[in-house]
Amino acid sequence: MVNPHTVMYEAELNRIQTSVSALVQAANAKCVFVVDKNGQFIASSGEVENMDATSLASLTAGNIAATGGMAKLLRENEFTTQFHEGKNAHIYIQLVGNRVILVVIFDAKSSLGLVRLRVRKTSDELVEIFEQMAKKSAEPGGGSAFAEITDEDIDNLFND
Amino acid sequence: MTFINLMAREINCKIVYYGPGLCGKTTNLQFIFDKTKPTSRGKMVSLATETDRTLFFDFLPLELGEIRGFKTRFHLYTVPGQVFYDASRKLILKGIDGAVFVADSQIARADANEESLDNLRVNLAEYGLALDKIPYVIQYNKRDLPSVMSVEELRASLNPDGVPEFEAVASDGTGVFETLKAVARLVFLELKKSGA
Ligand SMILES: Nc1nc2c(ncn2[C@@H]2O[C@H](COP(=O)(O)OP(=O)(O)OP(=O)(O)O)[C@@H](O)[C@H]2O)c(=O)[nH]1
Ligand SMILES: [Mg+2]
Repeated sequence: MVNPHTVMYEAELNRIQTSVSALVQAANAKCVFVVDKNGQFIASSGEVENMDATSLASLTAGNIAATGGMAKLLRENEFTTQFHEGKNAHIYIQLVGNRVILVVIFDAKSSLGLVRLRVRKTSDELVEIFEQMAKKSAEPGGGSAFAEITDEDIDNLFND
Repeated sequence: MTFINLMAREINCKIVYYGPGLCGKTTNLQFIFDKTKPTSRGKMVSLATETDRTLFFDFLPLELGEIRGFKTRFHLYTVPGQVFYDASRKLILKGIDGAVFVADSQIARADANEESLDNLRVNLAEYGLALDKIPYVIQYNKRDLPSVMSVEELRASLNPDGVPEFEAVASDGTGVFETLKAVARLVFLELKKSGA
């Protein structure tokens, strides 16, 4: 087998959503994203209409992977936070529970200090939710729909 | 690491194109990007040098349609083929669901192919994975060039286990979708087998 699958359940996704929406408010952020370390988008909140969430997720994961690689060279465990300051928009990246990445985009309406403070609480919440989810994921029957995939199903995918 | 979202009813799979420098990995993704309707794909992200060599990765998100009521999304990645980018190459393999090894058919690249395939095995092992245990296909690219090895020679050196193999000319698209379909099929069969 390749790798255990990650299965995202509705109940936990709703809790994540609530948690990141609260963070947007509390931190006065433009928007917040949660992505997994492999580059999969999980959730977002705030002004996200003009953001390419898929690309952002993949680049964030690449960035965390690269800094993780640097950390290893320095025999550090992991660099858990990153901050990039732009002219108008700033980006704060926090590795949560070594599992997922929290990305906060903000502007002059907020500040690094406020974002850092609010992210702490959200991180704790996320750690708990993802632990819960990992437990559920490990139980059998997560997405058992796929046990019945036929060759025909697969062929149909490519027929358009 | 297939990523299944039960709420959005989506499955996400990660496919990595591996192979020696200049073998045509980026060209594969570029062709897929060009030939897929904009509604079925996202932006192609290329982190490349000024001379168009892959520096970290290329990334192309694709949507292949539905299976059993689930939207299927494939995230295609290429690695940088140049030997000295090994640390980056290793990182891209994280969470891989399927691999495509793109070989350069030119005689002059025989050693480079073998070294790159060995390097793939070594780097997969770091994640506790083995090439013969994961969905994996091989593409013999640049079949249009004059001094190329025969498919038999390529097979003998690179594909002793007889995984699905495809001749390709990525620069004009020959064999590109065949390769992608084959690896996608294996990923779904794996998903089915694991009874996810
Ligand atoms: N003649 C010919 N040229 C090809 C073919 N496929 C790719 N090329 C050319 O080979 C060169 C290198 O292709 P890339 O796709 O950038 O190679 P790569 O594997 O991504 O290389 P790195 O990023 O350095 O690892 C480009 O000039 C391509 O146009 C092919 O099938 N035939
Ligand atoms: Mg490339």
